[in-house]
Amino acid sequence: MEEIYKELVAIVGERYVSNQPEEKFIYSRDPGTMEPSEPDFAVMPASTEEVRELMLLANRKKIPVVPMGGGLVLSGLSRPLKGGIVVDMKRMNHVLEVNEKSRYAIVEAGTSQGMLQAYLKKHHPSLKHSVPDAPPIATVGGNVLIHGSGHLSHAAGFHSEMLNGIEAVLPTGEIVRVGSCSTSPYWFSRAPLPDLAGLFLGWAGTTGIATKLAIKLFPNRALNDVAIFVVEDAELAPDIIHRITGVGLAEDVTAWMAPKPDWAEGFIHVNINYSADSKDELAWKKNLLRSPLKKYMDAKTGGFMMLPPPMKKPFLEAPASQLTRFADVRKGGGFEYVGAIMPVELFPKAHQAGLDIAARCGTTYSTGARILGMGHCMMFFYAYPFNRADAADVKRAQTALEETNRAALDMGGIPWKAEAPAQKHIIKRMDKHTFELMNRIRGILDPNGIMNPGNWEAD
Amino acid sequence: MEHSEILHRCFRCGYCKLPSSYADLNCPSYLNFRFETYSPGGRMWLLRAWLDGEIKTSPRFAEILYSCATCANCVEQCVFPKFKDDILNAFIAGREELVATGAVPPAVRDYFKSIHLYGNPYKMPEADRGKWADGLGLEPYSRHEYLFYVGCVGSFDERGQRMARSVAGLLKNMGISFGILGAEEFCDGNDVKAMGEMGLFDHIAQKNIRKYQDLGVQKIVTLSPHAYHAFRNEYPELGGNFDVCHYSQLLAPLIKKARFKKSESPIRVTLHDPCYLGRHNKEYRAPRKILAAVPGVQLKEMDRAEKDALCCGGGGGNLFTEMLGGGPDSPARVRAREAAATGAQVLAVACPGCSRMLDDAVKAEALQDDLEVMDLAEFVNRRLAVD
Ligand SMILES: Cc1cc2nc3c(=O)[nH]c(=O)nc-3n(C[C@H](O)[C@H](O)[C@H](O)COP(=O)(O)OP(=O)(O)OC[C@H]3O[C@@H](n4cnc5c(N)ncnc54)[C@H](O)[C@@H]3O)c2cc1C
Ligand code: SF4
Ligand code: SF4
Repeated sequence: MEEIYKELVAIVGERYVSNQPEEKFIYSRDPGTMEPSEPDFAVMPASTEEVRELMLLANRKKIPVVPMGGGLVLSGLSRPLKGGIVVDMKRMNHVLEVNEKSRYAIVEAGTSQGMLQAYLKKHHPSLKHSVPDAPPIATVGGNVLIHGSGHLSHAAGFHSEMLNGIEAVLPTGEIVRVGSCSTSPYWFSRAPLPDLAGLFLGWAGTTGIATKLAIKLFPNRALNDVAIFVVEDAELAPDIIHRITGVGLAEDVTAWMAPKPDWAEGFIHVNINYSADSKDELAWKKNLLRSPLKKYMDAKTGGFMMLPPPMKKPFLEAPASQLTRFADVRKGGGFEYVGAIMPVELFPKAHQAGLDIAARCGTTYSTGARILGMGHCMMFFYAYPFNRADAADVKRAQTALEETNRAALDMGGIPWKAEAPAQKHIIKRMDKHTFELMNRIRGILDPNGIMNPGNWEAD
Repeated sequence: MEHSEILHRCFRCGYCKLPSSYADLNCPSYLNFRFETYSPGGRMWLLRAWLDGEIKTSPRFAEILYSCATCANCVEQCVFPKFKDDILNAFIAGREELVATGAVPPAVRDYFKSIHLYGNPYKMPEADRGKWADGLGLEPYSRHEYLFYVGCVGSFDERGQRMARSVAGLLKNMGISFGILGAEEFCDGNDVKAMGEMGLFDHIAQKNIRKYQDLGVQKIVTLSPHAYHAFRNEYPELGGNFDVCHYSQLLAPLIKKARFKKSESPIRVTLHDPCYLGRHNKEYRAPRKILAAVPGVQLKEMDRAEKDALCCGGGGGNLFTEMLGGGPDSPARVRAREAAATGAQVLAVACPGCSRMLDDAVKAEALQDDLEVMDLAEFVNRRLAVD
């Protein structure tokens, strides 16, 4: 180990390697409920070349490598389940290029969502990217590679769908480029080439380390607004979502259900976020977005919430810090959620499952959904807070999460950014040949099995 | 440990690593070291692990605790209103525990030793404390309206002395009635407390309080925001109730009466908000008012200003212990680059510690031909009309 330490120091410099108990402690865990698992080293490279050298070393010595961005995925995906090197990517945090006309940005993978957001605001105020509601130190790489979603997901789908190209280092040390950037100086799209981006999307860091990404940017309009449609009967939600998304004018459509504040209990709230360049355009969009819901307003089965400006503020914030604040509901610094990707028509079932599980496990809940694309699917989330200082409470949340993962699979959904145990449940249901293909691909890319081992593995 | 009840409530979400714009890393120690352990959330979790016996006392753990510059960015940015006010207090309480077990880093131990043995961190004879004022003709305090308190940096550091002389000159110029203590002055103890030596702090504070009360001091104007913070917020608990202000606060309402040179060319100035004046005491306007009163000044704010200012890295004793080093990622050098990026010709400061840190950083960045670090008073003096 001492010899490896020295080699790591030779690659990234002494300041950026640690094998000390303090770093081993912190890099063994994330803010979710998964058990800690210690790395042997935490390392922070500053360039693609350094990442390449790290990979060559790890591959030669057959040491596990676990990429980490913000470490905020909550499901423990950057815990080194079999020890080895945690590669903290946040020193690679530069915005490399913004192409205004073709609306894309090229960033280093460890660039935080917040830094990109601030950079665009300052240098390219007419553009924005789709911001996830994760805390702003979450990285672009970590988020895109797990198929994240955010404030423009109704307009443009998963963040992985907004990906134009990737530069990645393979476990065997080759630097590859995927997308137009493999062939052209422009990172404009993944078409028209065979799409190799899938080799890195959804794999939880088991196929390589992304070092650069190009993502799509969108017009940043001057005026932003939100309307909230409220309905009691969950059975109506799929049609309501269908109608809103059918208009095609919103940027983000999210639903939320929570027992607190008191006025919210028992209702389904559908937030419709939209923006415009002028007041007239905003009013026009507002009317158009309201009109397909007239049926429910006339029948008095649903209606728009009165929203004075101060009440709108938290719903317009990107990222929404109130989601993070959920961690203190039990005065205990923790929450984790299952986000299950599923068709919109499963909304009522998904909602009921959340209520049942929370009641059974004796835990508070907060559920909701972000609609992807024009209602093409949704990320239905079940969040459970826990008190980190109370082992029984953590266990309670863990049980609720496990149950939720199973329930989501049972109803036809698929847990997103699944914890290692939930990945095993997914694998059990997965078409056998698909899983074999995954393993064959992994075997080619990573012959020594060094990349984030313990993930996407059957029992 | 005091405040230990909040440690587990930290979600390690990292809002506290950033300013409110999210533009860049704003926790100086995290910026410098980059490991999660050196971020505020990392400290929260490590402290908890340490109290629970999951990690042991070690030089690295001590370094992690002491490389916090007590800048309070984490307190400002944490999104959990119910406990955020005590985050920094918890770090200081952690330091207090380290002091109690004798496990502080060598540089911190040396700092305490110097205060014990010499009364100041510079290991200088206390008799030399008043030398900064030589030749200025300042009066020893005797029932003046204000006691002008200079502190260790103003008394012994060459950069601090220059600043103390400028401020004294300006106070005089503005007709303020003040006296100084000279060799009779003593350390204010603010950094001693921030470094967790509560016993020594109490001793220092009580000594000062007695002295000021004996002299009949009612109003104190300080050179340093650190002293201002200690006198204003820490001394009252020990019975020291004085009317305290930082020199920028005293000068701000008076400055419009000053007579400035008419022919001066326009000048671009940026301002560095000191943490102990800004985030700790919410004073952002006074220094800006002073600059606004100077003819020709074009204030070029840095991206991170006021409550979002990036700390120079000198707080919490780091000016003396230098635990944040002087490398390119050191907060002072990052701040110097940020100041230069505004196109300013002058980087105005209002704290002798910041002045020292940023002056060195501007030199390390080879920016001294473009950017001059100047204390507010120094800057004002230079542009005053000469009779
Ligand atoms: C309060 C809260 C709200 C959230 N809201 C949202 C939301 O609205 N939308 C959303 O999408 N997510 C959300 N999340 C989930 C998650 O935090 C984000 O998706 C986040 O962006 C993950 O990024 P990260 O940098 O923290 O990734 P990490 O947790 O560090 O990593 C995630 C996975 O990617 C791998 N990885 C990271 N970087 C690389 C790389 N460079 N190369 C290869 N593999 C890599 C890791 O090994 C791991 O498997 C939320 C989380 C919280 C705590
Ligand atoms: S101190 Fe507050 S903002 Fe920082 S990580 Fe902890 S909970 Fe988040
Ligand atoms: S006080 Fe400043 S240096 Fe200390 S942890 Fe908070 S943000 Fe970092």
